[in-house]
Amino acid sequence: MVIAGTGTKGPEQAVEEALNAANLSIEDIAFTLATGYGRNGYEAADAVMSELSCHTRGTRHIFPNVRTIIDIGGQDAKVMSVNDKGQMTNFLMNDKCAAGTGRFLDVMATILQLDINDLEKEAAKSENPVKISSTCTVFAESEVISQLSTGVSMPDLVAGICESVAIRVSSLAKRIGVKEDVCMSGGVAKNGGVRNAMSRVLGVEIHYSPMAQLIGALGAALIGYDKYNKLKKESN
Amino acid sequence: MAKEKKARRPVDPNSAKYKLGKIVEDHYRELQEAKDRGEKIGWCASNFPQEIFQTLGLKVGYPENQAAAIAARGAGEKLCVHAEDSGYSNDICAYARVNLAYMDLKDVPEQNMPQPDFLLCCNNICNCMIKWYENISKELDIPLILIDIPFNPDYEVSDEQVAYVKAQFLAAIKQLEEITGKKWDDEKFKEVMEISNRTSRAWLEATAYTKYHPSPLNGFDLLNHMAVAVCARGTVEAAEAFETLLEEYKQSVQDGTSTFRGEEKYRIMFEGIACWPHLRATATGLKSRGINMVATIYADAFGFIYDDFDGLIRAYCKVPNSINLEKARDMRIDIAKRTDTEGLLVHTNRSCKLWSGFMYEMSRQIGEACDIPVTSFDGDQADPRNFSEAQYETRVEGLTEIMEMRKEAK
Repeated sequence: MVIAGTGTKGPEQAVEEALNAANLSIEDIAFTLATGYGRNGYEAADAVMSELSCHTRGTRHIFPNVRTIIDIGGQDAKVMSVNDKGQMTNFLMNDKCAAGTGRFLDVMATILQLDINDLEKEAAKSENPVKISSTCTVFAESEVISQLSTGVSMPDLVAGICESVAIRVSSLAKRIGVKEDVCMSGGVAKNGGVRNAMSRVLGVEIHYSPMAQLIGALGAALIGYDKYNKLKKESN
Repeated sequence: MAKEKKARRPVDPNSAKYKLGKIVEDHYRELQEAKDRGEKIGWCASNFPQEIFQTLGLKVGYPENQAAAIAARGAGEKLCVHAEDSGYSNDICAYARVNLAYMDLKDVPEQNMPQPDFLLCCNNICNCMIKWYENISKELDIPLILIDIPFNPDYEVSDEQVAYVKAQFLAAIKQLEEITGKKWDDEKFKEVMEISNRTSRAWLEATAYTKYHPSPLNGFDLLNHMAVAVCARGTVEAAEAFETLLEEYKQSVQDGTSTFRGEEKYRIMFEGIACWPHLRATATGLKSRGINMVATIYADAFGFIYDDFDGLIRAYCKVPNSINLEKARDMRIDIAKRTDTEGLLVHTNRSCKLWSGFMYEMSRQIGEACDIPVTSFDGDQADPRNFSEAQYETRVEGLTEIMEMRKEAK
C-alpha cells in the first residue's frame, strides 16, 4: 500500500509495486478502474467509480448479508445502506470537518507518540475513558494535551479518543438507519478501540475483515472486472 | 499563442433571457437614478411584499440579490473577510457579512447599489436578518421598519396570524408615507396586485414545465430568473418577461429542445440556496453526468397568488422558511412527484442555519416518501471557504451511481 503521493505519482508507484508483487506487467492488465479522491486525476484509468460504490461492492463480497456499512477512511467517514441485492440504496457522509475520520486518529496518535496500530492495545487497558468533546481536530488536540497534563492515564485517553470517533460516526449511522449485519470498512476498522466503541454505541455486532483498508480497492477490482466483461460481451 | 476569446452571440431582444436580464439591469439603474434625484430609497428583505412599495412608487434595493451577484462574480470572500475584520463572526450569514461590508466599503465593482435612506425588514425568511438590519440602521442612523412574521408551527396560517401581521403592515405603510412623502392609493394597489398575480401565474406555469421529459430548461436557469421574481413581480415588464419565458418553454417542449445541454439522464431536486461562489463547479458536476435539476422549492416559493390585502398577508406568512416541517416537506414531496425526481441533492448551506438545520430531518422524510436517494454537500451561499469541490464530486458521483443502478434494475 502506498499512502502518499499526489497526482499520478502515488498511483503509479502503487501499480508498479502491485505488478512486481504479482509478477505481472502492465500489458497483462485489461481494465483499470480508479476510485478515491484522486480517481479523476489518474489518466490510465478506463473508468472511475466513487469509493462509496467500491466499498459497498467490496464489503458485500466478503460479508454477503451486510445491510449497513460504516467506512471510516483518512479523509472522510461514510455510512452506506445496502439492500438485499447488495446494492447501495443511500448514503451519508460526514460534514464540515475532519472530526470522526482516520486523520483525526493519525493526529492524536502523533501527539501521544504512539504508533497508530497501538491505539487498540492501549484502549483495551482503559478502565475509565475520558470525554473528548471538541469537534475540531485541532481543538481536540489541545484538549488531549491538557488531559495529559492533568495526569489522565494513556489507556483512558486513547479509549476516549476512539470513543469520540465512534460517537461522531455512529450518529450518521443512526440517521440513515442501522440494519444488521453492520460492517466496518476502511483503515479505521482495523482499530478495535473504535470498533468496540461503535458496537457499544450502536448496540449491534460490528463485522470487519483484517483487510478492511483494502476493501475499497477490492470493490473497485470487482466492479472493473464486471465492466470489462460487459464491454467484451458487447463487442462480440 | 493566446486562444482567441469566443465572441458571445448577441441575445435576441424578444427573448425572455434578454427581457429578464434587462429588468435586473433597469432595477439597479432606476434605483441609482432615484437616489440621484434626491428621492429616499430603501434596502429591503427579499420576502417583504414588493407590492407595497410598488404601490407607493418607491425604489428599493435587495441586499440578498446584491450579495448573491457579488458572490457569483467572485468577491464573496473579500467582503466576508472585510466584515470579519470589522468584528462580525464568520458564523453569521454570508449575505449579511457581504452586505455589512458593502455598507462600509460603498463601492464594489462586482455589483454596486446606492446606500439606503430607510430599511424594510421582515423575519419570515430568518431571524438573523433582524440583527443584520438593526446594525445597518444604527451604523447609518436611518429608520428601520421591522415586520414580525413569526415562524408558524401550525400547518395552516391562522386568521389571528394574518391580523397580527396585517396591523404591522398597515402601520408600516403609514411610516413609509411619512418617511418618503409618497401616498398610498387603494386603486393603485389593486392594479399592482393584478399585475403581481399575473407575474406569479406565468412564473408558476413556466417553472412547472420541468415536469416534461426532457425538461425544456436547465433548472439552474431558475436561480437566475428568481431575482426578477423578487424585485419586480408587481411590474408589467416582469409579467411580460415570464409570459415570454412560458411561451419559449411551450415551444421547446413541442420542438423537443432544452436549455440543458446534453442528454438528460437523471432528474433531481436541488435543495437550498445556490452555492453562488461555486456555481460553475456545482452546475458542471451535475451537467457532466447528465443530471438536470428539475425540482426546487423556488419554483413554488415565488408564486404569490391572492385576491386582496388579507390574501397578500397570508401569502407572505407561508414563505418557505416560515412554515413548519410537515408543510415544507409536503410542498417538496408534491414538487418531486410532479417532476419525476430521481434523487435529492441538499446544499447544507453554512450561512442558513434555519434552512439547513431542518433539512437533516426533512430530506430523510422526503427521501422515504418519494423513494429516492438523498445526499448533501457542505457549501455556502456567498462565502467560498465553506465548499470543497472534491467532497462535492464524491457525493454527486455516489448519488449518480445509485440512480444509475436503480435505472438498470427497472
